[in-house]
Amino acid sequence: MNAAAIPVSNLDLALASMLVVANGALAIVLRLRIAGALAVATVRMMLQLTLTALVLIALFRTVSPLWTAVAATAMVGFAGREILARQERRLAGWWAYGLGTGAMLLAASLVTIFALVGQVQPDPWYHPRWALPLLGMILGNTMTGVALGLDTLTSRLARDRAGIEAQLALGADRHEAMRPAARQALRTALMPIINAMAATGLVSLPGMMTGQLLAGADPEQAVRYQILVMFLIAGGTAAGALAAVFGGIYRLTDSRHRLRLDRLAG
Amino acid sequence: MLRVDDLVRPGLGPLRLHVAAGECVAVAGPSGSGKSLLLRAVADLDPADGAVSLDGAGRESMAAPAWRRLVAYVATEPGWWADTVRDHFTDWARALPLVTRLGLPADCAGWPVTRLSTGERQRLGLARTLVTQPRMLLLDEPTSGLDDAATAVVEELVAEFRADGGGVLWVTHDAAQRARVASRVVRIRAGRAEEAA
Repeated sequence: MNAAAIPVSNLDLALASMLVVANGALAIVLRLRIAGALAVATVRMMLQLTLTALVLIALFRTVSPLWTAVAATAMVGFAGREILARQERRLAGWWAYGLGTGAMLLAASLVTIFALVGQVQPDPWYHPRWALPLLGMILGNTMTGVALGLDTLTSRLARDRAGIEAQLALGADRHEAMRPAARQALRTALMPIINAMAATGLVSLPGMMTGQLLAGADPEQAVRYQILVMFLIAGGTAAGALAAVFGGIYRLTDSRHRLRLDRLAG
Repeated sequence: MLRVDDLVRPGLGPLRLHVAAGECVAVAGPSGSGKSLLLRAVADLDPADGAVSLDGAGRESMAAPAWRRLVAYVATEPGWWADTVRDHFTDWARALPLVTRLGLPADCAGWPVTRLSTGERQRLGLARTLVTQPRMLLLDEPTSGLDDAATAVVEELVAEFRADGGGVLWVTHDAAQRARVASRVVRIRAGRAEEAA
C-alpha cells in the first residue's frame, strides 16, 4: 500500500522560503544583527544540498564501486574533522586526526558493509543509493560516540593523573590503572544512543522514518527500516568508541606501563 | 643493591648513584633541581636513558610493574583512585598495624578519601606502599606535612625497613632530618649530582 510520493516544485520551495525571508525581515526590524548570518546559512544550505544532489545523481547513474568508495572516504574524512573539533585536549601530531578518523573508518565501514551484504542486499551490494545514506546515518552517530569517548578519556586521564600514577607506582599494569577512565569513557560514548533508542517513537520521530513516510512508504516497512538502522547505529557506535578509547589508551601509555600525557598536544 | 649509571632525562643527568642494602641515601638540592624527576626516572614512571639495576638485575629484564613493586616510589602528595581508604589497600588487615602505628584510628578504613588531611594522606600513602614489601623505597619528602611525632614514627618505620635489608633514597629539604636518617647525602644542582660527606 505504498502511496506515490508527492513531488515538491520550485514554486513550492519559493513559497516556503517566504518563511525565512520573514525571519530575516524580523531580524532587521528588531536589530538582532543575525540577518547576515541567516542569509549566509540559508544560501549555504541550498548550495550544499544542490551540490549533494548533483553528486548523488551522477553516482546513482554510474553505480561505480570506485566513485562510491571515493564519496564514502570523503564523508569519513569530514566526520574525522568534526571529531577533532570536539576534542578539548588533543593527541599530539598526526594521532589527533588519525585516531578518531581511523576508529570511525573501521566501525562505520564494517557495520555498513554488514548491513549491505547481510540485510539490505541491493544489487550490486555497493549500490550508492543504499550504501551512502546508510553510511551517512551510521557515521553521524558513530562520530558522536567516538568524539565523546575520546574527550572523556583524555580529560579523565589528565584529571586523575596522580591516582593513576599511584597505582602504577604500586605495581599495577596500565590496563588496571586505566580501567576506571576507560569505563567512564565508554559509558559516556554509549549514553546518547541508549537515550535515543529509549525515546524513539515517543519523543522523536526519526528523520529517516519520517522521510520514508513522506516518500509514500508503508509505515510498517518504514518502522522496520528504522529499527534496522538503530541496531546498526548502536553497533557502529560501540565498535567506534571501543576502537577510539583503547587506541587512545594505547597511545597515552607505553610498553613500560607509564602514563604518557606528554603525548597530548600542549 | 640499587645501581644507577648515566641516567639521563630532560632536565636531569647524566647521573650516577649507588645505594647499598640497608643503606639510606638522602637527596638534597634546591627546589626545581630535579630531585623528584630523579625518583620518578628510577621508578621508571618517566622515560629516561641509562642503566638502572637492582641486585644486578637490569630493570629492562623485567616487566615495569614488577620493577615498581621492587623499587617503590612514594609521591609527596600520594594519589587516590577509589572512594574510601580501604579501597586503596590490597590487604587491609595486614596494613592495619602500620596504619595505627602511624597515628590513624582503626576505623579510618571506611573514611572517604576526600576527608583526609594532607598529613593523613602522606601517612596512608606510605603505609600502602610498605605493606607491599618492596626491596627499595624512593621517598619524596614523605614527612613534609607531618608534625614531629608523626615524623618520628615515619623515620622509625623506615629504619626498620632498612634493618630488614631494604635500601632507601630519601628526598628531603630538612638538613637535621638528613643527618638523622641518612648515611650519605647526594646533592642535585641543576640536574647534576655531587656527593657530599
